[in-house]
Amino acid sequence: MDFAPHAVTALMGPSGCGKTTLLRCLNRIHEILPKARVEGKVSLDGEDVYDSGISAIELRRRVGMVFQRANPFPTMSIAGNVTAGLLSDVPNSARAQIVEKALRGAALWDEVKDKLNQPGTSLSGGQQQRLCIARALAVEPEVLLMDEPTSSLDPISTASVEDLMESLAKEYTIVVVTHNMQQAARVSNYSAFMLSGEDGIGHLIEMSETRQMFTKPTDPRTEDYITGRFG
Amino acid sequence: MRRRADSARRSDAFFLFCVYAAAAFFVVIVAALFVMLTKGSWLSLQTFGLKFLWTSEWNPVNNTFGALPLIFGTVVSSLIAIVLAGLVGILAATFLADFAPRWMARPLSFTIELLAAVPSVVYGLWGLFVLAPLIRSYIGPALQKTLGFLPLFQGPIYGVGLLTAGIILAIMILPTVTAISRDVIAAIPEDQREAGMSLGATKWETIRSVVLPAARTGIFGALILALGRAVGETIAVTMVIGNRPVISASLFAPSYTLASVIANEFTEATSDLYLSALIELGLLLFVVSFLINAMARLMMWTVFRDK
Repeated sequence: MDFAPHAVTALMGPSGCGKTTLLRCLNRIHEILPKARVEGKVSLDGEDVYDSGISAIELRRRVGMVFQRANPFPTMSIAGNVTAGLLSDVPNSARAQIVEKALRGAALWDEVKDKLNQPGTSLSGGQQQRLCIARALAVEPEVLLMDEPTSSLDPISTASVEDLMESLAKEYTIVVVTHNMQQAARVSNYSAFMLSGEDGIGHLIEMSETRQMFTKPTDPRTEDYITGRFG
Repeated sequence: MRRRADSARRSDAFFLFCVYAAAAFFVVIVAALFVMLTKGSWLSLQTFGLKFLWTSEWNPVNNTFGALPLIFGTVVSSLIAIVLAGLVGILAATFLADFAPRWMARPLSFTIELLAAVPSVVYGLWGLFVLAPLIRSYIGPALQKTLGFLPLFQGPIYGVGLLTAGIILAIMILPTVTAISRDVIAAIPEDQREAGMSLGATKWETIRSVVLPAARTGIFGALILALGRAVGETIAVTMVIGNRPVISASLFAPSYTLASVIANEFTEATSDLYLSALIELGLLLFVVSFLINAMARLMMWTVFRDK
């Protein structure tokens, strides 16, 4: 599968079909689990990210990630959360600017600019999730992986994060996991549909432009899924 | 039917009474202990008042009792223990929670907990016959050579003394520090670690800037709880601390603790005032341990309440 640059690609499918696992292989965060194992090839800008010459640490600075549950660092302030991923050689003078840029990028700046020193966990759920997005943006990645970023948010916060994804797609390549088809239809340019087979292993059933997938899917299983016949 | 219901209700009531009584038992014991200690130390409380806490002469021959050297010995030996055990314990806990593969973590945890099961008199024996000679001939001279410019490491080295007692205490409280810190660190949600790693942090950076800060209250609680044990530990300390009620800047100097004085001297407390002064030391220990434990529980509670 190809993830188009500067576009949103949605990975969808029923629970347990391997969307999240696939996503976690893309930045090699999967590796930190004991007994995890990877086969196949993931390329970024033509380089195999599992090549022994590529460090997972470096890769993860280029491929940022936002998780299912907002997970700001509870012991850090809002500003501290944003700068958490910066290397220690970034001078303090540059940090304030980075904080503002990242928070603006995550559409959170206006809400928090007067309380940057308050704990990140003092924000509402939707704000916390945008704070996590800002934290990922501050590192200036090329790709942003989002694992069901709105599944624990209320509809209003969900809408704001979805708007954010659209505007972020201008600068970043976004891969988002969702089991919410409406969300995939709303935010993504491309969609991939996955399903776990008889063998318990997730398979890619179909991948195409989102509009095409939702109007004339080629595989009958995709059609069943998006018309709500199962899943 | 009626009879069955009656007898069932009676046995239920009896069972209820038993569990309530068993639970109340603890409260009664604590209260009784406190009352007994206060009553027993009344004479000393009246004679010396607060002066008991900050005069430094402990002299049974002319009936003068000031607990300051004993408080000093207790505080310093416990501090040495908490610093040493804190360093080793937190590192070991980090290893167990975040690095050790399962086949290794289990036996290692078991070994650490085994350390807690060794009777303290055994530690005392080891301290007296192994550690004290080591300190006298090797560790002490080495410290004096490198850090001898500090008053802490000056003066004659007897082998027994504050440092030896502190090290023995450190070993004894290490299981507490390690086991609780391990649980606290393991309780930090996995998504915190993933958040750190996803930003391109190394494992060590993630642990240092994300995991340990998030666990700090609980780890602090573990240290305080361990401190409570160190303060009250008696027999092993008595065997290696030298048992002299003096205040000295040197860690090599002999000292004395509240608990050791009680253990050593209650058989020879001939005057009423002497006995009363010893009981007041007991009261002091009781109150301090109570406060330390309450503090530790409070801190641990703040960590685990969300779970």
